[in-house]
This record gives sequence, C-alpha cells and structure tokens, in this order.
Amino acid sequence: MARLIKDRVIADDQWELIREPIDADALRALSGRNVILPLSSWLELHEAQPSHQGLLGVWLKNTELPESITPWLPRIPLIALDFPVFTDGRAYSSARELRQNLGFEGELRAIGDVLCDQLFYMSRCGFNAFAMRADQDLEAAVRRFDDFKDAYQASVLNPEPLFRRRSCANG
Amino acid sequence: MYRYDNYDHQMLADRIAQFRDQTSRFLRGDLAPAEFLPLRLQNGLYVQRLAPMLRIAIPYGMLSSKQLRKLAYIADHFDKGYGHFTTRQNIQFNWPAIADVPDILAHLAEVEMHAIQTSGNCIRNTTTDQFAGAAANEIEDSRPWCEIIRQWSTFHPEFAFLPRKFKIAVCGTQDDQAATQVHDIGLFIVRNEEGELGFRVLAGGGLGRTPVIGKEIRTFLPWQHLLSYLDAILRVYNREGRRDNKYKARIKILVKETGIEKFQQKVEKEWLALKDGPLTLTEAEFQRCKAFFKDPEYLPLEAFSPELEHALNTDVLFAAWHTQNVNAHKKPGYSIVTLCLKATGIAPGDITSEQMRFVADLADRYSFGELRVTHEQNLVLADVARKDLYALWRALKSQDLHSPNLGLLTDIVCCPGGDFCSLANAKSIPIAESIQRRFADTERQRKIGKLSVNISGCMNACGHHHVGNIGILGVDKKGEEYYQVSLGGSAENVTALGDIVGPSFAQEDIPDVMEKLIGVFEQHREQQERFVDTYRRIGMEPFKEALYGKAD
Repeated sequence: MARLIKDRVIADDQWELIREPIDADALRALSGRNVILPLSSWLELHEAQPSHQGLLGVWLKNTELPESITPWLPRIPLIALDFPVFTDGRAYSSARELRQNLGFEGELRAIGDVLCDQLFYMSRCGFNAFAMRADQDLEAAVRRFDDFKDAYQASVLNPEPLFRRRSCANG
Repeated sequence: MYRYDNYDHQMLADRIAQFRDQTSRFLRGDLAPAEFLPLRLQNGLYVQRLAPMLRIAIPYGMLSSKQLRKLAYIADHFDKGYGHFTTRQNIQFNWPAIADVPDILAHLAEVEMHAIQTSGNCIRNTTTDQFAGAAANEIEDSRPWCEIIRQWSTFHPEFAFLPRKFKIAVCGTQDDQAATQVHDIGLFIVRNEEGELGFRVLAGGGLGRTPVIGKEIRTFLPWQHLLSYLDAILRVYNREGRRDNKYKARIKILVKETGIEKFQQKVEKEWLALKDGPLTLTEAEFQRCKAFFKDPEYLPLEAFSPELEHALNTDVLFAAWHTQNVNAHKKPGYSIVTLCLKATGIAPGDITSEQMRFVADLADRYSFGELRVTHEQNLVLADVARKDLYALWRALKSQDLHSPNLGLLTDIVCCPGGDFCSLANAKSIPIAESIQRRFADTERQRKIGKLSVNISGCMNACGHHHVGNIGILGVDKKGEEYYQVSLGGSAENVTALGDIVGPSFAQEDIPDVMEKLIGVFEQHREQQERFVDTYRRIGMEPFKEALYGKAD
C-alpha cells in the first residue's frame, strides 16, 4: 500500500487514484475500494454511489474550478488537486477557494508533482494530505511543516492574519 | 522607518534556516537544479553570466545608514567591493558564491534586511515615490501602505508560483515618481468627496516584451479593503493567467485578452467572497504602521538660510547642483537631496563600498540616518537642513558623488546588460557611457533640460526603455549587438510608451544618433519646452528624417 502524509503523519494511503476517465462498468470492478475519480467520471457516476461499496472522491485538474462541484461539497469525503508540475500554482488558489469560500471540510489532498519544499505553503492553503512524488523522503518532508513558526497572512490553519494578533502581544 | 518586532525577526531566522538547508541539499546533489531554481530565485539568487547574482530587497527604497554600512560590508567580504542599485529600488551584488549566500542572508537579517521575493514568479518588492513623507506635494505618505503590502505579500502561501513575476507600486504624491501606471497593480492614494482615504486601483500595466499602461479597475477602494482586494486580483490572475507562454504570462496579457470590464467583474466576484473577513485592515494596524514613519525631529528652521544664499551666490558649481539635485520639502528650512549615481565611466546605479560608508555617515550627519533608493538608480537624503546643503555638497564632491545631472540627459537609467546578465541580447553599460561622454558638457545638458534616457539590454526591459523620453533597446541582429531607439516615452503622470523610430543602429552610431535627435529638438523647441513636450507637439517625422533621411 502506498504511503502518504496526512495531518502531518505518515500513513497508509486508503485510496486509489484513477487518473483516466472510467465508465460505470469499470467503477463496478472497483467496488469495495475507496477511489478518487477524475471530475468528468465523478460527475457522471457519483449519483450511483449507493451501489459502490467504498467511498468516492474526486480529483481536479488545475484548469477545473472548484465551483463545478459546489452543490455536492458537504457530501464529498475527499478532493484531490493536481500539480502537473510543482511550479504551476493554480491549485493553491483552488485549495483556498474550497476551504475559505466554499467551506469544504473533507480531506484535501495534493497529488502529482508534490515536493517537500512546497508543503508549508500547501498546508497553509488548506491541503491536509500529500501524496508525495515517489522520490521524496517522507520522514524529512514531515519536518518541513515547521519551517516557519508563524506567518503574516491569514491562512486556513490560522484565519487571523498576524496584524490582528500582534498589536497587543509584542511590540 | 519600519522596525522589526519578534515576529518579523523570527520569520527571517526561519527563512535563513530553510534556505541554508535547501542550499546544502542542492550542493550535495539531493535537490535537482530545476527544483532548487524557484527556491533560490525567491531568495534573490540568479545564476548569471560570470557568477551568481544576489538581489537584496530594499522595501520601497527605504534604507538606514546602518543597513547601508552592512551592504558595504557584504560588498567587501562576499563581492568585489561594489553594489548596483536596480530599477526596483533594490541592490544587487554580481559576484557572491552560492555557498556563501545563507551567510550573507544571516548578515542581512542582523539589520532587518533580506532577499525574499526579489526574483521568481511571485510578488516582488513594492515600490513607491522616493520622496514619500518628505515631498511638498504629497497627498498621503505611501510608506505605511507599502509596509502593509510588504507583510501581506511576504511568504504569501497562495501566490508563490504565479504565472509570472508581479509588481506593485504605490503613489501618494501629486506627481507620480514611481512609474505607477506601468505596474501589474498601480495604487494611487486618493480621498473621496467625504474626505475618506482609499485607493484608485490600476491593473494590467507593465513593461517587458509587451508594454502596457495599466487600466483602472476601481475608482475608489476604501483603505480597509486593500488586502482583500489585492488577494482577489491575485487569485484571478493565479488561476487564469496564461502559463503556456512565458512571454504572455504577465497579468497585462490576461487583462487584455479578458477585457477590462470582464476582468473587473471577476475580481469583484472574488472580492465579495473575501470582503469584510479577517483580511479587513484595522485602524489599529494602520496606526501601528503609520507610527514607524512619523516625522523625524525637525528643527524649527527659517525657510531662508543666509549661509545657503551666500554659497549659491559665490559658488557656481554648487549653485548648478542645487538647481538640479535639490527638491522642495514639506518643512520650511529643509530640502530633499538626490545623489545622482551617474558619474561618467561608472555603470549607472553602481556604488563602491567606500562610497556606501561615506554616504551612510552623511545620512547620519545630515538626514536623520535614513536614505532612499530611487527607481532611477539614485540615492536620496530626504531631510537635509538647507543651511547644511553647502557642507553636504562639498563632502559629496570629495567622493565624486556630486554629479549635477539629476533628470538630465546623462542621468541614464540602465540595466546591467550583456556585461553581467545572462538574459541580455546586448550590452547596455558601454552605451550609457558613450552617451555620457558625448554630452559631458553639463552646461549643454542643462540647456537641453529635463530628458530621460533609458537603456535595456533586452526585451525584459529592466532599464525601462519604453518609458524613457529616449529609449534604447539592445537587440540581436544576426549575432551582432544593435540598438533600437524609441521616442516619447514617459513614466510621469501622463504616462506614455515610446514609439520606435525605425531600423536599429550599431553601437558606435548611438552617440551620433543622440546628437541628431537633440539637434532636431533644439531646432523645433519653443521657449523652455522639455524634449518630451516638443516630441508630443511635432511628432516623429522630423526626428525620423534627421536619422534616416527624407522618405519619398
């Protein structure tokens, strides 16, 4: 079973990521497993969920907007956002959109070119699970969450920006 | 000036530890060059033609004498004894070793400085008017707002991997000196009819390959909403800005392709979701930041200084410098002094470590220990008592820092060009020097009057050639360095992009080209008209004709 970082701890991955679109038959073959579907497949198949033994999550390309799944957000257990290359930062905005504007509370997972040096920013944008690129050292990566003790901006972890906290604390 | 508290210090310490780890992983081979690249760029570190280049942030151009002395120390210990001020009010060093950079950053942290986000596809150093807080024609001091933006943009988790770099300028004066209209976001501090403070917001300006003047997307943004509005603009850009082509990735292209109205709607929609949330600025925070920029302990001085008057009447060289390099101050008896770092034979914006220390001492003695860096690559002592001007000038003269050419033809804005920069198509420093040598006669320069000459060694336009009254762009023509000339650009209130005159010229022809352009100007000039005004009045044709002969 693949390993990932979830809530700052190295854990077994309980999900299977389906990269290419699949049809209902293919989904039936996966019954009993937790699967993360591409958006197109998820939109088509998730209503059939009762027949699927196991959970259904969805992953978004960085060109697919979170608004496309707004109506179902309270019922989605996992959303994964893809980083085709780590320098493409669109998913950071999607993550904040999901957490801050749309109130998504399930697992928000970074997939694709996920490297240890970006974990701090990703976590502050609301990602709580990280399926790291295969060559990454997970033990070392976990320590990256503590690279900084604080930050100026509001973030999903700390919705009060520093200026709302610092005024009386220290001068 | 802004002073760090424990939070600011801690963040800088954490950053240095992080970068030290990243650098050592890179040097060990554990971090691939392509993965180290954006990390080092976001710490100001480029790998250049001859050596790495480290660009250090000077937030909105404000510099203390103590910080300048530290820069001198770095120049001596890690570089070749000089630094180069940039058109983003920053300073760069051209010769540090990669392995030394974490130590350099630790030295900088001691004086509350850093190299954070001075490069890379992220939000860069916010720039403003170099006379902020001292200018006679100020609406509101822009520096507290720049500091608020600095903190908001520093390590912003959402905007570290934008499609391209992102530059913000703030203008709080009547006469824009910050080239605000050619920034990704330009903020003009304004008051509405009720007298409330806010911002007129421009977006989509920029220089580079496709120069564009920013368009207004909000006439009045109440100051409380500044950060949520910036977040909204950046989010729309981060999501929708083009990533398929580096040369079409700036926000100006997105605004152009989307259309200003539709872009504005998208921003408003995003903003409504954020508005009135925790990002709303508080009066307490505004006052906290404002307090850092309160007036220094000005002496109650008479506007008229007999000592100064005497010197002006007896020393013509001083008087010439005074006319050119000294500006009006809001306090009676005080002036703003600009040290023009454009002596002939010195790369524009370069300063030696010895000069840095010397200027730091002068700042302590004459200007409350503070300086500003200008985007025209000069230094400013913003609070000098008029009675001290003559003594200051004599001191500057001893170090060759008294060039009386501020705003004149030889006050050339110039990027490092092909001598240093690996992006350049052509050299720019020798071009600047050849023009300075041709027009060395300061009396003649004064007669020609206000004229900006901006030189870039490539399309990236670090030398702001598009907004020079005369712009010079280095181009590659079958492996040879050629120079394209444009006329009529301006970064002032009436911002304009220069028009290209025609086919480019060889390097050795540039002084003659300049001579011909000035000749046309002198021939058509009415009274004391400025070059750019003559150009606007008579148009391109007479200049073109002088350069290429009559078109039939």
